[in-house]
Amino acid sequence: MNEPPLLQVRDLVTTFPLRRGFTGAILRQPREAVHAVDGVSLSVAKGEMVALVGESGCGKTTTAQTIMRQVDATSGSVVFEGRDITALDAGEMRPLRRRMQMIYQDPYESLDPRFRVRDAVIEPLVVHGLAGSKKERETKLIDAMSRAGLTPPELYLDRYPHELSGGQRQRVAIAASLVLEPNLLVADEPVSMLDVSVRAGVLTLLDGLRSRGDMGILMITHDLSTAAHFADRIIVMYLGRIVEEGPARQVVRNPQHPYTRALLSVVPRRDPREQVTPQILVGETPNPVNIPSGCRFQPRCPVAEDRCRTIDPALADAGPDHRAACVLVGEGATR
Amino acid sequence: MTALLEVEDLHVWFELPHRGELHAVQGVSFSLDPGERMGLVGESGCGKTTSILALMGLLPPNASVQGRVRIDGVDIMAGGEESIRPHRWREVAMVFQGAMNALNPVQRVGTQIIEPMELHGFASGDAAVRRTGELLELVGIPAAAADRYPHEFSGGMRQRAAIAMALACEPKILLADEPTTALDVMVQAQILELLKSLSAELGLALVLVTHDLPVVAQVCQRAAVMYAGRIAEAGPIDVLFHEPRHPYTRLLFAATPDLYGDQQVVSIPGAPPRLDQEMVGCPFRDRCDVVMDVCATVDPALVDVGVDAGPSHLAACHRNDVVSSV
Amino acid sequence: MKITAEPGVVPDLDRPRGRGGLLWDTIRRQKAASVGAAIIFTFLILAVFAPLLAPSGPRTQVGPVYGPLSAQHWLGLDDGGIDMVSLLFYGARISMIVGAAAALVATVIGGLIGITAGYVGGRVDGFLMRVTDYFLVIPDLVLMIVIAAIWGPALTHIILVIGLLLWTSTARIVRAQVMSVRERVYVKRARSLGCSHLRIVFRHVLPQIAPLLIANVVLTVAVAIFDETALAFLGLSDPTAISWGTIIEHGFLRQAVSYGAWWAIVPPGICVALLIMGCYLFGQAIEDALNPRLKVAHLSIKGFKVRPADGGKP
Repeated sequence: MNEPPLLQVRDLVTTFPLRRGFTGAILRQPREAVHAVDGVSLSVAKGEMVALVGESGCGKTTTAQTIMRQVDATSGSVVFEGRDITALDAGEMRPLRRRMQMIYQDPYESLDPRFRVRDAVIEPLVVHGLAGSKKERETKLIDAMSRAGLTPPELYLDRYPHELSGGQRQRVAIAASLVLEPNLLVADEPVSMLDVSVRAGVLTLLDGLRSRGDMGILMITHDLSTAAHFADRIIVMYLGRIVEEGPARQVVRNPQHPYTRALLSVVPRRDPREQVTPQILVGETPNPVNIPSGCRFQPRCPVAEDRCRTIDPALADAGPDHRAACVLVGEGATR
Repeated sequence: MTALLEVEDLHVWFELPHRGELHAVQGVSFSLDPGERMGLVGESGCGKTTSILALMGLLPPNASVQGRVRIDGVDIMAGGEESIRPHRWREVAMVFQGAMNALNPVQRVGTQIIEPMELHGFASGDAAVRRTGELLELVGIPAAAADRYPHEFSGGMRQRAAIAMALACEPKILLADEPTTALDVMVQAQILELLKSLSAELGLALVLVTHDLPVVAQVCQRAAVMYAGRIAEAGPIDVLFHEPRHPYTRLLFAATPDLYGDQQVVSIPGAPPRLDQEMVGCPFRDRCDVVMDVCATVDPALVDVGVDAGPSHLAACHRNDVVSSV
Repeated sequence: MKITAEPGVVPDLDRPRGRGGLLWDTIRRQKAASVGAAIIFTFLILAVFAPLLAPSGPRTQVGPVYGPLSAQHWLGLDDGGIDMVSLLFYGARISMIVGAAAALVATVIGGLIGITAGYVGGRVDGFLMRVTDYFLVIPDLVLMIVIAAIWGPALTHIILVIGLLLWTSTARIVRAQVMSVRERVYVKRARSLGCSHLRIVFRHVLPQIAPLLIANVVLTVAVAIFDETALAFLGLSDPTAISWGTIIEHGFLRQAVSYGAWWAIVPPGICVALLIMGCYLFGQAIEDALNPRLKVAHLSIKGFKVRPADGGKP
C-alpha cells in the first residue's frame, strides 16, 4: 500500500488536569493530572478493522474521543486522510466530520426519542448540506438503511426509537452514520449492550462494511473474544500506553506481553472442557493519576524483574508486524 | 433424598394496567444440592431474574406466583411473602444485579454488613462486628476496610462487599444475578474464582444468573437455558455444549465468539415472543432453523433426553431425538 | 416479504409519546388535570363570549346602587348599578389576558436564560444564576407595587412588571432540564456529527423541555393572575380596565362593606381563587406526569399474590 493510511496517530498524549481545591492551591501542592493517554501511536488503513482492547481506565475510550476531536489532545498528532487534524478549529473540522463517524455503546440513548427513524437518518445530510432534492434524500435514506441491514426499510422508517429493539436501534445509528459515506468508523463498544443472539449480526455488518467499502474501522472493546474474531489487528492498552499490538490471530495465540497473556488466560471459554488455569493478577489496575515508575505494569507483573522498576520499555519487535513493550521481548525469551 | 432447593412448576404473572397480564415465568423447575453450582442462562426478558426474585419473595405487588419452592423439604412459597420472610437471607440470599452500585454511600461498609445480621436476628453487637471482619476476609477484603465508605472501594471490592453482605447470615443458597457483568475481565475472573471457592469451602449452593455462556462454562457444573419464560434445555454444562438438544442452546453457543475458535459466529434472526399473549406451539419456532410443522401447534414438553443413567439432561424440543453439536 | 434484520418490531406498549399525546393522555387519566382543564376552559368561554353570554353590558346601569340579589340579577348590582354577573364575565377578559401575557413574558425570559445557562455552562451559567438568585430574593409584590406606582397605571406596564419578576423559577427549571439533556448520548452524537449549537438547541433540546415549559407556563399564569389582581386592588392598574381586581377595588373604595353589599366584593375574589386553582391543578398534573417514575413497588405494604395449585386465579 503506497497511499498513507486512513488514520495515523503519533505519540498522542491526552491529560486531564485535576482541580487542586482551595487547600491544595494555598499549600501550592503540585497539580495532579489524569494521564489518560500517555503516548499512543497507531494506524488504521482502509479495509482494516483494528480493535483497541483493554480494561477500564486504560485510555482506549479517551484515545477514541481524541481522535474524533471530541476532546483536545495535549500533545502528539492525529493525521486523518493525510491531514493533521489535531489542532483544527470547529469550522475546519466540520467538513471532515463527514468522513469520520462514531458509533456509541448505548443504543437506547444514541437516538433522539422524538425523532422518527427517517428523521434520524436524514439529519446528518441536512447538517452537512447534502440534502438535495426529496428524491435524492429518499434514495440515500433507503440506501443507508439497506446497508445497515434494516430491510425492508418501509417497516422502520416511520417508527420511533422506543418501538425498536436494541439491535435495531444500533442499526439505525449505524445507518445514520453511513448516510454520509464516511471513510473511518470509530465504534465504541458497539455491541456490549445488546443481547448475545443479536451481537453477531451487528458485528458482521461492520465487518462487511469494511471489507466491501473503502472503510476503516477502529473498534473499542473490552471483549477479547469479539476482537479476536472480527478484527484484523489487535492493540492492547494498559494505563494509557500500548503494551502489545499485532495481527489478531498472532496476538491471541502468541501473546508476548505478560499483561496480554494474563488477560487472555482469564477470558472464559465457551467449551467447558477447554478451561485453562486463569492467571489472575493481584489487585486492580492502578489509578491513571499515579503511574508506577519504570514499566507501568511492573507492580502486578508475574514475571517482573528488578530492572523493570527503572526501565520503561518501548514497543519492540516480536514477530512480523507484532510488537510488545516488555524488556523480555526482543531478547528471544518467548515462553 | 430431598435436594437442598427444589423449585417445582414455578409460574409468575405480572398484572399490566389496562392490558391483561404478562406471563413472565412459565413453569420453571429445577433442584440444587449443597455445593452445587447451577447457571440460569438466557437473554433479556427470558424470565431468569424474575425467577430468582420469586425465590426470594421480592416480587412487586402486581405479581402473582404459583408453584412450589422447597428448601430442605419445606415449602416456603405456600403463604406468599409471609412464609418466605423467615427464610430470606438466613437460608437463601441474593447478590443483586448492579449490587456494587447499590451500596449506601453514606454508611460505612461494615455497618451495611452488620445490618442484615441484626435485622434477621443472626448476631448483634460485638459478635456481629467480629463476624463482619471474618466475612470481609473470606471474600478477600482486609477486615480493617470495614470502617471505609463504599466510594473508597474499587468496583471489584464493592462487589465482594455485596457478596459478604449476602453471606452475613450463613445462607445455604446464594443467588447471584449477573454478578460480573459490569466488571473488567480480570476482576470478573477474581469474583468468579471467589464464588467457586465459597461454594466449595462453605458448601454453598449457587444459582448464577447470566446471559454470558462462557462464564457459566467456567463456574458451574450445570445450567438451565431459559427462553420466553420457560426452560428450553437443562443439564451438565459439558453436555449442553457438546450435545445440545435444543436449537436455541446450540444457536446461543454459536452466537458466542470464542477466543481461538475459527467457526463463523452467527446471530439468531427475529425476537422473542410477547409474553402478554398466550402462545400456541413452541415459543422458539419463529426463529428456529430446524423448525417442523408440528412445532406450530404442539407445545413441546420438557423431557429427559439423557442417553445413560447419568445426571439428567432435559430438553423441550420435538426434535430431541436428533443429536446436533455446536 | 423476507426480513433480514431482526423482524418482530416491538410494538409500542407504553403510552404514546409526543407532546399532544402526553397532554391529552394526562388530561384523560388524571382527575385533577381534567378538573383543572375544565375550570380554565369554562372561564375562557365566559371571557371570549362575554358579549353574547352576559345579561347586560359592563357599563350599563340597570338598577340602583348596590342593588341586592334578585331573579334578574343573580349576583346583585355594584356601586354603579351595573349587573355583577356581567362584570364578572367581562372582568375575566382583562384578568386572563394580563395573566397570560405576563406569564408569556416570564416564560420567554426565563426560558432564554435557562437554556443559555444550562447549555453554555461555565462562567456564563454562574453569572446568570447569580442574577437569578438576586431576582429570587426580591419580594415580588413589594417591588411590583413600587415600580407600578412610579411608572404609572397602564395595562402594558402591569404585564411587564409582573413578567419581569416571575421568570426566575422558569429559568431554574429549564436550566436543570437542559443540563441533563445536554449530557445525553444523542446530543453528543449530534455534536460529533457537526451539528451547530443552535441546531442542537432547537431540534434536540427544546423539544425535550417543551412539555415541562408548558406545565410551567400554566403555573406561572396562576401566579400572574394573582399578582394582577393584587396590583389592581391596590389601585395601580389601569382604572378604565375592568378586571376582577378593579371590581374589588371599586367595591372597597365605594364603601360596599358599610352598605352590606358583599356581592360586590366576594364573587370576583372567588373567581380569582377558582381560576388560580384550575391552573394549578392542571399545571401540577402535567408536571407530575413528566417526572420519571420512581420504582416504589418494594415500599408497598401489599405483597405479591399466590395462586393455588389448581391453576385458578385467586
